[in-house]
Amino acid sequence: MEPMIRVENLTHTYSAGTPFERNAVEGMNLTVMPGEFLGIIGHTGSGKSTLIQHLNGLLKPTSGHVYLEGRDIWENPKEIRQVRFQVGLVFQYPEYQLFEETVYKDIAFGPGNMGLEQEEIDRRVRQAAELVGLPEETLDKSPFDLSGGQKRRVAIAGVLAMEPKVLVLDEPTAGLDPQGRRQILGLIQEYHRRRNATVVLVSHSMEEIAQNAHRIAVLKNARNFMEGTPREVFARAAELEQAGLDVPQITRVAMALRRRGLPVDTAVYTVEELKDALLRLRGGAAHA
Amino acid sequence: MLKDITLGQFFPGSTLLHRLDPRTKLLAVVLYIVALFNATSVLTYGILMVVLGTCICVSKVPAKALTRGLRPVVVIVAFTAVINLFFTGGEPIADVFLLRHISAKGLVTAISMMLRIVMLIMGTFLVTYTTSPISLTDGLENLLSPLKKVRFPVHEMAMMMSIALRFIPTLIEETDKIMSAQKARGADFETGSLIQRANALVPILVPLFISAFRRADELATAMECRCYNGGEGRTALHVLRYRPVDLAVLGGFAVLAAGMVALRLAGL
Repeated sequence: MEPMIRVENLTHTYSAGTPFERNAVEGMNLTVMPGEFLGIIGHTGSGKSTLIQHLNGLLKPTSGHVYLEGRDIWENPKEIRQVRFQVGLVFQYPEYQLFEETVYKDIAFGPGNMGLEQEEIDRRVRQAAELVGLPEETLDKSPFDLSGGQKRRVAIAGVLAMEPKVLVLDEPTAGLDPQGRRQILGLIQEYHRRRNATVVLVSHSMEEIAQNAHRIAVLKNARNFMEGTPREVFARAAELEQAGLDVPQITRVAMALRRRGLPVDTAVYTVEELKDALLRLRGGAAHA
Repeated sequence: MLKDITLGQFFPGSTLLHRLDPRTKLLAVVLYIVALFNATSVLTYGILMVVLGTCICVSKVPAKALTRGLRPVVVIVAFTAVINLFFTGGEPIADVFLLRHISAKGLVTAISMMLRIVMLIMGTFLVTYTTSPISLTDGLENLLSPLKKVRFPVHEMAMMMSIALRFIPTLIEETDKIMSAQKARGADFETGSLIQRANALVPILVPLFISAFRRADELATAMECRCYNGGEGRTALHVLRYRPVDLAVLGGFAVLAAGMVALRLAGL
C-alpha cells in the first residue's frame, strides 16, 4: 500500500547563515499509512513541531522531501495551499486563533478559503460541529463567550471542516483539565474510527500516545530515536527512561517489579495488560 | 520570516563603549551634537571625525551595520546637499551650464551639511548600538528624574517604555504563530488586490489584539500581586554608578564641545 505521507531525509535549519543557526530537524524519516493513527512523541525541542509544520507545507525543507500520496508537495510551490487543505494541522492552543463573530463563521473560514459552494460549506460546518460535540445553539454564539474546552473544540472543528485526508494535531490536550483531556482525545478517537481517517497525534505524554496510537515515532535531539508499535517501543522502556522520556505509569510499575526480581514482561501499558502479564506469571510459577 | 527583523539596534558586546554608564553615553552624545553644530572648518570637522572614528573602532560595531543605519536617510541627505549646492549665494565657479548656479561657498556648505547629518546619525546610532534598550531606559529615567519635581511621571514613562520593549519579541513570535495557524486553514496573505490583502489581515489582527490585551491584563495582575505601586521610594536592581572612566569620557566630550565653541568664536 502506498503511504499517505512519506518524509524522506528531512533537515530544517533555522536562521541559516547567522550565529543563531541550528538544525531543528536533522535527517528525519517518517511514513504515515492511510487510516493509521500515528503518535509522535519527544521532548520540547526534539523537533516535533518543526516536523509537523513540514507535513502541510508551512515550512519548506532545507533539504529532503515530503511526499503526500507519492507526490512531492513542493513539486509546484504555487499549489501549496491545496496541500494545506488535504493535511489539516491543528496547532497548540488552537483557541487563540479564533477571530470571527460567531462560531459558525469561524468554522467556515477554512472551507470558505477552499472556494466551496455555500451549501457545501454549511453542510461541512454542521458536520464538523457535530463531530466535536458542539451543540447546534453554540453556532450562533461568539467564540469568545465559550469555555476554554469548547473554544478548543471550535478550533478543531475549523480544521475538520476542510475534510482533510490527514489530521495532524500538536498537543491537542495541552492546558486542559483531566476531564477536558479525556473528552478531546475521545473525540479524536471517535473521528478516527468513524471516518477511518489518518491521524497524527503529537504529544509529550506517553500515556496519551500509548492509549491511542497504533504506531509511535519517538524523536530525540532533532532526530529519529525509535519507532514501532506501542508494545515494541515500551519493550525498550529502559532506553526511553535513559533518554529522559516519560514512560506510562503501568510500564513503570512493571519495570519496578522486574527490578525486584519478578520476571514480568515490561512491554505493557494498560492496567489490563499488566494484570494478564502477572496472571501468566503466576500460572507459569504454579506449573513449575 | 518576521523573526529576522532587528528591533532596537543593540549589538551585544563588552567593549569600553558597551560598559560605559548609559547616562554617560546619553550626555556625551548631546555634547557631541553641540560640538558638531559648532564645527565650521576643515580643522574642526577633522577633529570630530577622529573622535567619531575612534569611538567606532573601540565599539567594534561592524561598519556594515552603521552604513545600513544610514540607508533610510540617504534621500534627506541628498536633498539637503542639492538644495545647499544650488541655492547658496555667492560667486559662481565658472560660467558654463549648471556650474554657473554653483558657488564655491555653496559647495562648501553642501559638503559640510552632508557631513554634519551623516556624522550626527552615526554618533547617535553608535549609542543605540552599544546600549541595551533596558539600560538606555534606565539612564533616561535617571537623567530625567529632576522633572519629577514638576510632577512629570518619569518613572511611569520609563516603566512603560521597558515593558513595551520587552513585549516586542513576544508579540512578533505570537504573530508568527497566528499567521501559521491561519495559513494552515488556507488563509492567503500573498496574493489578491489591496483590499483583499487588507481583509486577510483581520484573522491575524483580531487574535493578536486579544492576546495582547490578555497579556497586559496578566502582567497588571502579576504586578499588583507583588504590590507594585509606582516609583515612590523604589530602588533599582542595577544601580547606575559613575566610574572614573565615565567621568573621563564626559570630561573629554565637555572639553570637545567647549573647544568647538571657542574655535568657532575665534573664527577658525
